[in-house]
Amino acid sequence: MNEPKVNLELAKEYGLNKEEYEKILEILGRIPTHTELGIFSVMWSEHCSYKNSIKLLKTLPREGKHLLVEAGEENAGLVDIGDGLAVAFKIESHNHPSAIEPYQGAATGVGGIQRDIFTMGARPIASLNSLRFGNLKDEKVKWLLDGVVRGIGDYGNSFGVPTVGGEVYFEDSYSGNPLVNAMSIGIVEHGKTASAEAKGVGNPVLIVGSTTGRDGIHGATFASEEISEASEAKRPSVQVGDPFTEKLLLEATLEAIATGFVVGIQDMGAAGITCSTSEMSAKGEVGMEIELALVPQRDGEMIPYEIMLSESQERMLVVAEKGKEDEVMDIFKKWDLNAVQIGTVTEDKNVTIRFHGEVIAKVPAWDLVLGGGAPVYERETRKPSYLEETQNFDLNSIPVPKDLNEVLKTLIASPNIASKEWIFEQYDSMVRTNTVVGPGEADAAVIRIKDTNKALAAKTDCNGRFVYLNPRRGGQIAVAESARNVVCSGGHPLAVTNCLNFGNPYKPEIYWQFTEAVTGMGEACRVFETPVTGGNVSFYNENQEGAVYPSPVIGMLGLVDKLEDITTMSFKNEGDVILLLGENKEEIGGSEYLKVIHGKVTGEIPELNLETESKLQKTLLQAIRNGWIESAHDIADGGLAVTLAESCLTGNLGAKVNFEANREDFALFGETQSLVVVSVKKDNLEEVEKFLKNETLAFSKIGEVIQNSLEINDSVSVKVQFLKELYKNSISQKV
Amino acid sequence: MKFGVIVFPGSNCDHDAFYTIGNLMKKDVTFLWHKDHSLQDVDVVIVPGGFSYGDYLRAGAIARFSPIMDEVIAFAKKGGLVWGICNGFQILTEAGLLPGVLTRNANRRFICKYINLKTDNFSTRFTHSLDKNQILNVPIAHAEGNFFASDETIKRIEDNGQVVFRYCDENGNVTQEANPNGSINNIAGIVNEQGNVLGMMPHPERCADQILRNTDGAEIFNSLVMA
Repeated sequence: MNEPKVNLELAKEYGLNKEEYEKILEILGRIPTHTELGIFSVMWSEHCSYKNSIKLLKTLPREGKHLLVEAGEENAGLVDIGDGLAVAFKIESHNHPSAIEPYQGAATGVGGIQRDIFTMGARPIASLNSLRFGNLKDEKVKWLLDGVVRGIGDYGNSFGVPTVGGEVYFEDSYSGNPLVNAMSIGIVEHGKTASAEAKGVGNPVLIVGSTTGRDGIHGATFASEEISEASEAKRPSVQVGDPFTEKLLLEATLEAIATGFVVGIQDMGAAGITCSTSEMSAKGEVGMEIELALVPQRDGEMIPYEIMLSESQERMLVVAEKGKEDEVMDIFKKWDLNAVQIGTVTEDKNVTIRFHGEVIAKVPAWDLVLGGGAPVYERETRKPSYLEETQNFDLNSIPVPKDLNEVLKTLIASPNIASKEWIFEQYDSMVRTNTVVGPGEADAAVIRIKDTNKALAAKTDCNGRFVYLNPRRGGQIAVAESARNVVCSGGHPLAVTNCLNFGNPYKPEIYWQFTEAVTGMGEACRVFETPVTGGNVSFYNENQEGAVYPSPVIGMLGLVDKLEDITTMSFKNEGDVILLLGENKEEIGGSEYLKVIHGKVTGEIPELNLETESKLQKTLLQAIRNGWIESAHDIADGGLAVTLAESCLTGNLGAKVNFEANREDFALFGETQSLVVVSVKKDNLEEVEKFLKNETLAFSKIGEVIQNSLEINDSVSVKVQFLKELYKNSISQKV
Repeated sequence: MKFGVIVFPGSNCDHDAFYTIGNLMKKDVTFLWHKDHSLQDVDVVIVPGGFSYGDYLRAGAIARFSPIMDEVIAFAKKGGLVWGICNGFQILTEAGLLPGVLTRNANRRFICKYINLKTDNFSTRFTHSLDKNQILNVPIAHAEGNFFASDETIKRIEDNGQVVFRYCDENGNVTQEANPNGSINNIAGIVNEQGNVLGMMPHPERCADQILRNTDGAEIFNSLVMA
């Protein structure tokens, strides 16, 4: 074997620093072998160890009455939804691979998150994704968008899980470093879940699924540095996905878990065999002895270092009950998959790796993993200087536009607001026949659960511009808005998964953003009683111009207690009364209006009172459950005018609305929080008003549903059909 | 009446067809594993949607070699009812049970959305009870649904009345704008000459349930179970 000499230089090349290399020498009491150095470098990479984030993540609320496992304990969060059922759900990033190889990067992002769900014994029932790109006028952005959408579509469509929702934003800051966050939701019966813990000395260790190849070596390390021109050379670090094999692996895995002979199972994502053997061993407080020569390979010439670090997709590590391994392996073989015993569980708590009998690595499992010996850092923070300017910007200096009709037309066609149907029609959103509310129909997607009268409501959300302008409140708003979206669809927010996309944590300004945003998220999650069940941190999202907008994407899961509660955004009947729940404070800081019409990303962002928000959500949900709400849609990007327009054009109806405003453009296009537009039948109005007054929720009657046109005060009058065409065709015309 | 739904590796609408027949239509239904050699005495074979063998090589090109397909071909030749939906349609053309091929969509992209369907032949077992004036609103979800055949074949199946469904607008007009994938003559579904084998790209099993707010698809299932 021709392996390079191990020294500090090589360690640095593999992404370790001097202190970390010295710690390895101390742990082992000798110079590591090349394979061992590889193992430490990926396990201690940011991607696997969360070394710069774990301390803060632990401040998030991680307990709640519905949680069946705590954050970080298993591959995904597990939430009880009654009827003997639980939901496993998680969101994860695949930003760096997607930046240089958008199709495979996005496809394997989808594949990886599905495995996290079915490795727990849950059948995935819905996917969402949260995407961020640069300016759609840029040719490279078009190429990235096309590749990412095809990658998500081809993988998810073939795998057979509907892609039901998500969000897409276009902002210059994401140029060159798109964000691709994929979320999956699965269902499992209580007591039928699988664990990622290795147990039982002498139990056989199996590798199942695809063969192991040279793809994706050092993917985890690659994800732990900034994208640069040199990144192009790291294209081999991007894995290649095979959704067909994943589909077989899904069916075989669920069948194998159902036998009861699977003691522990973990998917191979980042750092492949290295990560799965060490994490499963550490969790079970045992060791493993593995013979790498037994691993089914695509290329017989691979060296141990490559086998250990390969991130070939569609593989799982399984600890089976001794004596039952053949029964387990037969299931995988029935599905035409590899299934080979490569080792056994040992007592000594070491991961021992042999290659043709020779020991080439022996490392204490605990020292490798997060929560064990992996380094934990707290970085320096500094408030970024740009905030001085943005937070003191005088928003009243913004000139009043002459024609608010034109402003509305421009905003409705802005890619951040316009219909994303060019994208979501490339995804199968209906397979498995559970999608009651699909993409573009409501504030959150709704998936019914067969054989019950319940449904899940899910949404991903994050306004990166808000977080950039005020990280703490921006973090709170991301949680508040996703919870509000779930409520608008008729669901009760249950729990959160998050994907924290930030720049380089070694820059104090970035770490300050990170600290503030996580603090804000935690504050909001506590008020809404939605614990954080897990997720993923993605640092180093930067391009030549600097970091992306700090983007803590929230994946909110909600439960719809009764199918009758499902509510959509579209106006339903002519003559229905339109109410605005909440108080419009006409705040335009950080708004789409300010950016698109006035070319500014600045100002203090809208206020958020968490108690007011919580009250709004509880009151609205009660009104929905009482059967009074025909439509519900919250005020978000583009403000009240856009909210009204969307309710009109999805319902093919119009609206006539009048209200008092201090400054009309601010009232129409400001993005004040805790505001929802609902429509109610005239017959129910009296009762609804009485109820809202009783609950002391601020509201105003602002108009009624009419035919054909949207008319607001004396300033907006536009045909709904016209708006609809702008809304529907904007993105397809730009790509 | 007993239904069988074939499970190929990569089938993913097998459960949807099974659920529609078993739970909604309340009929006997069983899965048929692709490696088996028996059709278990079913009366109707459903070749479901999905990505059999990952659609590698060409949609349906590998699935037609699965052992069960020999039985399906023999069953069809004897007049047994065979219904291919989406990937199932692709497999049936590859297996030679239906004429033509399904090529990549004209826009070269996967398309998932509701489309409108006009029924052109009411004399098949699959369509005999459909309302003559009803336009069916049914979803499609495919990347390779662009029906193509030689001029000669097109003429033959048109003359024989083998075209069962066409893409149309909401008023039933068969127009270019209403054609989602570039299929010749807006063809969305055809039967064989005997009328016992139906292939269609749209997914009626996806719109057969009240909770999904559209039950147009159930009408085709109803037609089948009403002798």
